[in-house]
Amino acid sequence: MKYFDHAATTPPYDEVTRTIAEVMSRHYGNPSSLHRLGEESSKLLRKAREVCAQAMDVKPGEIVFTSGATESNNMAIKGATLQYAGRGKHLITTATEHPSVFECCKQLEQLGWEVTYLPVNSEGQVTERQVEEALRKDTVLVSVMHVNNETGAVQPVTAIGGMLKEKHPRVLFHVDGVQGFGKVPLQLNNSGIDLYSLSAHKIKGPKGIGLLYVREGVSLFPLLAGGGQEEGRRSGTENIPYIVGFSKAVRLAKEGERERQARLKQLKAELVRGIKAIQELTLNSVPEGAPHIVHFSYPGMKAEALLHMLEEEGFLVSTQSACSSKKAEPSRALLAMGKGAEAAASGIRISLGEEHTETDISDLLKALDKCVRRLQNLKGERKS
Amino acid sequence: MTSCDMLLLRFGEITVKGKNRSRFEKAALSHVKSLLRPYPAAKVIHEFGRIYVELNGEPAENIIDALKNVFGVTSISPVKVVPSELEAIVAGAIEFVSAICPGPEATTFKVSARRVWKPFAHGSQEMNKLVGGPVLKASPHLKVDVHHPELELHVEIRERRTYLYSKVIPAAGGFPLGTNGKAMLLLSGGIDSPVAGWSAMRRGLEIECVHFHSYPFTSKMAEEKVIDLAKVLSRYSGQIKLHLIPFTEIQTVLAGTGQDNLIITLMRRAMLRIASMLAERNGALALVTGDSLGQVASQTLASMNVIGRVTELPLLRPLVMSDKEEIIGQAKRIGTYDLSILPYEDCCTLFVPKSPSTNPNLHIVERIEASLAGLTGMLEAAVEGTETLVIKPHEPVQRKAGDEAEIKEDWF
Repeated sequence: MKYFDHAATTPPYDEVTRTIAEVMSRHYGNPSSLHRLGEESSKLLRKAREVCAQAMDVKPGEIVFTSGATESNNMAIKGATLQYAGRGKHLITTATEHPSVFECCKQLEQLGWEVTYLPVNSEGQVTERQVEEALRKDTVLVSVMHVNNETGAVQPVTAIGGMLKEKHPRVLFHVDGVQGFGKVPLQLNNSGIDLYSLSAHKIKGPKGIGLLYVREGVSLFPLLAGGGQEEGRRSGTENIPYIVGFSKAVRLAKEGERERQARLKQLKAELVRGIKAIQELTLNSVPEGAPHIVHFSYPGMKAEALLHMLEEEGFLVSTQSACSSKKAEPSRALLAMGKGAEAAASGIRISLGEEHTETDISDLLKALDKCVRRLQNLKGERKS
Repeated sequence: MTSCDMLLLRFGEITVKGKNRSRFEKAALSHVKSLLRPYPAAKVIHEFGRIYVELNGEPAENIIDALKNVFGVTSISPVKVVPSELEAIVAGAIEFVSAICPGPEATTFKVSARRVWKPFAHGSQEMNKLVGGPVLKASPHLKVDVHHPELELHVEIRERRTYLYSKVIPAAGGFPLGTNGKAMLLLSGGIDSPVAGWSAMRRGLEIECVHFHSYPFTSKMAEEKVIDLAKVLSRYSGQIKLHLIPFTEIQTVLAGTGQDNLIITLMRRAMLRIASMLAERNGALALVTGDSLGQVASQTLASMNVIGRVTELPLLRPLVMSDKEEIIGQAKRIGTYDLSILPYEDCCTLFVPKSPSTNPNLHIVERIEASLAGLTGMLEAAVEGTETLVIKPHEPVQRKAGDEAEIKEDWF
């Protein structure tokens, strides 16, 4: 079985699972306890925070550990809008955000906030110009994802951050960095980005843990009240084994970033070439997009059919994003890019990981071609 | 800074030190070399009054950040090296200036050429024109101002090669490490004592840290904090020794005298006596403290007098005339502030009386101490019970084996 669904989640590093097991059995102390076991846990927490901060080139105090990117995105958007409600009740985001941003905005609309959803172009991108034109006096926050989880489109977050920092420094800027980290280099420090979400399980770490970078000087209204952990920003006993494992994954992701990016780019180019050769398929992802996501449609064919047929051949891929794929509706991101409902409902996403080889790609392409041939025959039979 | 391929480090005060100069420069040189260990391609060249670091592709900014900490070095300039030929110098100057000052904001500018190698065909004055003309042409946003230029391009023509530089980045200054002998630093967990230690090191003192703990009245976290502070200081010296002194018993006995308002005075005196014994054992000739005049009860002039009399060693107080704000600023610059403000109690904040004496009486203090028969023995026992750690900036600290679950570096 070959796994090609890394944008949904990744197989964890062996050394990460080993770390988690060892820390979990030895260091069960609560970091808030004053005794030695608690102190050890607190030391692990501090060290993990330092490791993450160093890898991300930010300060340790700017990192808040969360239960994952969904929480990080909720914390960023709701925390900022509640904290800075005095500045206004308007947010700006894009039409292709992850549900944990999109649905957050929908909730805020129910509570009286106004949200501008910027349309994307046919390649899935917005421009800093669009953001600037949508800004109002009462805009509190702009939230734009770095890399789209379905199509791999890369948003110009550095340009948007630069524009906001220069001309509208009071407007906060949140970036959902989940799909980009470790694959598309992005500098946080001094970039105009105030809030940045990360998830461990997309970078070969464990599920159930993530972080939010909160630039020094920005306060968020805490969504979880309680024992005051994470400097009062996120209460709840810290998940030490996962946090330590996460910090290792963050470090490894950052250390190998350039190399991984170059390698994935090569594999992607290979895969794209093969898909283009199959005339029934239309490519939705663009060459400038993230190096690990390839998205295409099979117009006229239910995406699920192709997915299951590929699965029989031993290849696991995805329809839409994992977070939306159980819904029957066509993809919001693809519709926003101007793809027809048919293409939007028949999308397949292949997402790559660093462990893939050239052979894996050529095997996958062979299987894909075989499946399309078979499906074409079935289609033909049905028509007659 | 991508345009530079060498760093130029200048010595300050030490060049006035006559015969001792070569010893001082050697000390600074070995400090530079130790800080360059993580950058194996970088090559160090020592010349009269200067050190050159050839980068050979190593990152300039990181190395400058590290070398800014070398005591005895007053400033650092990133240098572009070109062959000593007119065409190469002009081309290099154009490239260098456009890299460090791309415009478009108007900037005033001047060339300062120096022909060190006299056989070179053009004189210094002539070179100012020969270089300045083409640079101005290539960067139209520059405007000549020979008196107060914002950008001064230095062109230093030597026999083999010519150095182009502009930026002069201030460095730590002072005297090279250890060239003025050794002292013991009383290191609490507070803001002042690490700054005092740094100031002493900058003046060429080698420092060994002394810390008093009153476990279980103080927590292990307080001790960790002090180890971390020593680790920050070790960045400036390559390594540093930390002596951890068990102070619980002494503190308990002193508290038992019932002399509430004198307890701080008595404790400080006991600490200085222990530190003096350690100084003698380790060949140190002075004690360094973070005292700042009038800051707390034990730092009034009267208190300093009564406390200081307990030792015959010179008591160096680098911060004695500094304001708190200045000390905090310095602590932030050297990187100890964020650690210092962590809220763990140290033994000086324990048993703090409601009204500590700001004007203790020496005779009374001495009489109380004389009444404590076992005190000298306890001080000696404390010295014997010292745990000494050698702390290096990038290595985990080795402690006596405890029964605590260990933390493995390879988990991260």
